[in-house]
Amino acid sequence: MANEVAQKPGLWGWINRRLPVETFMSSQLLEYYAQKNFNFWYFFGSLALLVLVIQLLSGIFLAMFYKVGAASSFDSVEFIMREVNYGWLLRYLHSTGASAFFLVIYLHMYRGLMYGSYKAPRELLWLFGMMIYLSLMAEAFMGYVLPWGNMSFWAATVIINLFGAVPVVGPTLVEWIRGDYGVADATLNRFFSLHVAALPMVLLVLVGLHVVALHETGSNNPDGIESKQKKSAQGLPLDGIPFHPYYTVKDIFGAGVFLTLFAAVVFFVPTFADLFLEKANFEPADPLSTPDPISPSWYFTPYYAILRSVPNKGLGAVIVLVAVLAFFFLPWLDRSPVRSIRYRGWIFRTFFALFTLSFLGLMYLGLQPAEGIYVTLSRVGCVLYFAFFILMPFYSRIDPVKPVPDRVTFHA
Amino acid sequence: MTDIGADAYGTAIDQSRRKFLTLATSATAAVGVVFAAVPFIESWQPSERARALGAPVVLDISKLEAGQMITVIWREQVIYVVGRAQGLVDKLAKNDGELKDAKSEQSIQPPYAHNEMRSRRADVLVLIGICTHLGCLPRQFFAPGDPVLGASWPGGFLCPCHGSRFDLAGRVLIGSPAPTNLSIPPYSYKDQHTLVIGLDGPQAQGAA
Repeated sequence: MANEVAQKPGLWGWINRRLPVETFMSSQLLEYYAQKNFNFWYFFGSLALLVLVIQLLSGIFLAMFYKVGAASSFDSVEFIMREVNYGWLLRYLHSTGASAFFLVIYLHMYRGLMYGSYKAPRELLWLFGMMIYLSLMAEAFMGYVLPWGNMSFWAATVIINLFGAVPVVGPTLVEWIRGDYGVADATLNRFFSLHVAALPMVLLVLVGLHVVALHETGSNNPDGIESKQKKSAQGLPLDGIPFHPYYTVKDIFGAGVFLTLFAAVVFFVPTFADLFLEKANFEPADPLSTPDPISPSWYFTPYYAILRSVPNKGLGAVIVLVAVLAFFFLPWLDRSPVRSIRYRGWIFRTFFALFTLSFLGLMYLGLQPAEGIYVTLSRVGCVLYFAFFILMPFYSRIDPVKPVPDRVTFHA
Repeated sequence: MTDIGADAYGTAIDQSRRKFLTLATSATAAVGVVFAAVPFIESWQPSERARALGAPVVLDISKLEAGQMITVIWREQVIYVVGRAQGLVDKLAKNDGELKDAKSEQSIQPPYAHNEMRSRRADVLVLIGICTHLGCLPRQFFAPGDPVLGASWPGGFLCPCHGSRFDLAGRVLIGSPAPTNLSIPPYSYKDQHTLVIGLDGPQAQGAA
């Protein structure tokens, strides 16, 4: 096909003899077959890409009006909100986009957990995805500091101080990250540079690698089987359909629904009951007053709850690190012969349900004050969270799995 | 394609020499990268300006009464200067059983403040007001038996972030997430009423 194009006269042929546009399009879209049984959960990969574009676009425009500096940041954000034409929209798109990004990424990751998408041969695909998640956390944290509100200041203080738990070099490391004896102008300035230049580049490279790895192995599917290899008499995959037009249309429909909800938040509830934008952050940074109570953005609260449930600073920081990094080891922790939750036994399903509950529970508990019953519940949640990972090599092996089908389950 | 023994022109290839040269070149480049990284990493250290602004702070404490607190900033850190009632040293010792680090062995303080009252003078406590847990500002609850904190409350500080509690010598109570006592900055007294924060000064002056 590609060769035919290259022989063509005219501009299209001229371009394709120099740049393999058509070859690329056909191999990655028209002749890239995906299993035909994708469901609701398969929207979130393309939605993540859409949110990335929203963040890049709104971020580039915000940077045109934002003035970094301990003396100017807060005022310039208010300037954007009140005086820049549609500045409020740019900012609300970006702040809602940050929360939407995590929502979409969490659902995308949950899909991977449900259908065993991390299992061989998709380990690298999963690892690139997790690296995207880590970079996104850093990107979101630094972005949160930029408005230089009081929550920005204290979030930066608390998070940077976590590095103080590193043995021996801890205090030096903290001073190095801050570039001053406390969180100050120097800290804000370097976070701005990392937020708008370094981390977006890292993210784009990782997203590229994620997609290349995906197109090498092909997507997993809700049945967790590889029936795409079964070909018809014409040599076409029996359970596969070309990504374009079938899934491009599906994804565009999903994007439409998503954008409707997204716009509703942006226009009607941009602060989302203090979850997307917090009241305390509409006060300028003040090193002399800690907001009461201090809590991170909702997408970090599960880890925050874990951190607070440990009554020891060093150990708390280590456990949070392990809680995040645990996802990286899933491909090797899971010893089950089947991928999808559909064919797993009751043992895995129980652990998976408890993990789901613990994650959502910790997310809620991280927003509550660290006292009384909340601390106790956080500790229970913490144990359940880690049980899912640590015990996985054992329970996934003895789990009474069901026989997997030959072909995907599909109702047209 | 000739991959062993000879190149395209038939010349013999010394594989071990080739391997050595490749390795030596890569190693030299790696060392170069490490050296080149130094200025970038060092640029993140506090600048000369930040260091200069970290100079000692002089404070007049002639009007500081017992039970009052003055807050000043030194090196971007909040410093608490607390006036303490006389005869406090005995009361402090009573808390020892409820403290994580009663003798301040694990905590940060200059040698002249490494004593029972954690200060140069019993009537003035100088602290870095940054919770050793995650750096929030502990709030003052100086009255013992505070109605909120219970009858056993010895008087001191409570961190609003994660509930760490400290007594009137900045020592952390058992059950707090903070690992160590509040740190004490270097300080000295220029005279009876003038406190210099950030300067160790002579040892003898200001002895209790």
